[in-house]
Amino acid sequence: MNREEIVIAIKDIISTIAPDEELGSLALDVRLRDQIELDSMDFLDIVMELRKRYGVQVPEEDYMQLATLQGCVEYLGPKLESKSLVLTALKV
Amino acid sequence: MSEQRRYFRGSTDGKKPRCTDPLAQARGEYDLVVIGSGLAGLTAANVLGSMGHRVALLEQHYNFGGMATWFKRRGGHVFDISLHGFPVGMVKTCRRYWSSEIASRIVRLDGIRFDNPQFTFDTTFTREDFTEKLVTQFGVARSTVEAFFDYLRGLNYYDDPRDTVGDCFERFFPGRNDIHRLLLEPIAYANGSTMEDPAIAYGIVFSNFMSKGVYTFTGGTDWLIGKMKEELRKNGVELFNNVQVERITVEHGRATGVIAHGRHLRARAVLSNANIRRTILELVGPEHFGAEFVREVEAVRLNNSSTQVYIGIREGCAVPWITDLLFTSRRERFDSSALCDFHGQSRTFSFYYPKVRPGSARHAIVSSTNANWKDWASLDAASYEREKARLIEATLVELERYVPNVRSMADHVEAATPRTFEFYTQHVQGASFGTKWEGLRPSMELASHIEGLFHSGSVGIIMSGWLGAANYGVITSNKVDLFLREAARAAAGGRA
Repeated sequence: MNREEIVIAIKDIISTIAPDEELGSLALDVRLRDQIELDSMDFLDIVMELRKRYGVQVPEEDYMQLATLQGCVEYLGPKLESKSLVLTALKV
Repeated sequence: MSEQRRYFRGSTDGKKPRCTDPLAQARGEYDLVVIGSGLAGLTAANVLGSMGHRVALLEQHYNFGGMATWFKRRGGHVFDISLHGFPVGMVKTCRRYWSSEIASRIVRLDGIRFDNPQFTFDTTFTREDFTEKLVTQFGVARSTVEAFFDYLRGLNYYDDPRDTVGDCFERFFPGRNDIHRLLLEPIAYANGSTMEDPAIAYGIVFSNFMSKGVYTFTGGTDWLIGKMKEELRKNGVELFNNVQVERITVEHGRATGVIAHGRHLRARAVLSNANIRRTILELVGPEHFGAEFVREVEAVRLNNSSTQVYIGIREGCAVPWITDLLFTSRRERFDSSALCDFHGQSRTFSFYYPKVRPGSARHAIVSSTNANWKDWASLDAASYEREKARLIEATLVELERYVPNVRSMADHVEAATPRTFEFYTQHVQGASFGTKWEGLRPSMELASHIEGLFHSGSVGIIMSGWLGAANYGVITSNKVDLFLREAARAAAGGRA
């Protein structure tokens, strides 16, 4: 996955967790929870989905790294490099 | 416990006598054994089953659900034990970790009422309505009310737990005993909160309720648990009731399974949804932990227990609309510890109208109070029966203020006490709401003491109640899933 695909991967996961949210206009560098309604259980779901879909482990102390889309790209980039995008909700 | 004995012929302890081996269909080995089927255990089993792990769920009672339970009585009566109301967050939790069908049955309560010497009114139990009441009826400046709500909303798990509910109330509403009652009484019934507990624990739960009010399930607890069992089976979870787990086995610092009915069920991981103290001090045993941890666990305080009175309305009789949830007290001033008084003056009535179980025309009323184990624990049989009769009589007297002819409409009345809760749930001292704040840490960190051993259930007040327990089941599932995947990877690597 490249950087653009990682953004799509995260948005796809979020769209299964928060199906009513509009994700098209999410800014990369603003905290996700300031743009859409995400609570700590939602973040936990993102972590569980990353493990389920891509086998990626995010230890608890790194959860903060996923606060923005930009943070997700930086943090997950090396971990997702060799994985291919899995889409379940979004149509691209 | 003589009141239970009559329901099952041949039983010596009030529970259904067992004729067959409840584990006859069990395999010898699982990825995960879950002990206890409260909402945390049920939800964790479902999440981990859906992730593909082989899960066995063991429950000592014949019903699944823990405190999320119900019972039936002759005459067509069905009584829900804890279906009083939960926050809107339960919709999302059910949709995501159970099914959209279960989530779709969640509806908002139509009425919530307070009636006490300090104030009487109906409320939607939302931030908007509480703000209006605090400003117009209690005369508080709007900015103070807003600041109070914002403070609670902003609290999070990492904040200092030394700020107590009482401190917080005094800062925002000094000397306003009536406001303290409004803010704490309902939450005390929801999770055993007192003035001395951390504001953070109170704040999280209160804010959850205040976001959109109070919700319940259409169909009743029996429908819900039935649907949950369907989902669990769909996800490959094997369900066993009437199974009394005697021990959690630990070998070389790792949890390896459980012993029940003379059998060793082996598992890569064990998740206990039993009371945290019982899990560590009895099911595992203190000898498997460091002395300091054992002291920490021994110091964990339990929350209070409860009494309930169940009033079944005769077929064909109808209770006029009053409200769904009625917080009532005769006490002049609010005192959070007095909510647990032996034969106290405060109680909550849950009115169950036919809308709760569509298709049924039946009405039921359940009265709940908080209670202390010690007041009921040592009564001899005759005193116990006498005190229960007194509880029932006091409840009916109070209820007659709202439903004047209730005695002629009721054809079944019975009481539950802390002893009843202890008997059916095996919670230490019949605790209805798990533990105080300090129970959170040993629960969350259990796996760092014994590999592969996890806990989930009512701890720390915030994990109590329907939403807290179910969500804690998910939080623990995340840890168990990680552990099982790592263990599988290590095993595969070891073989290669």
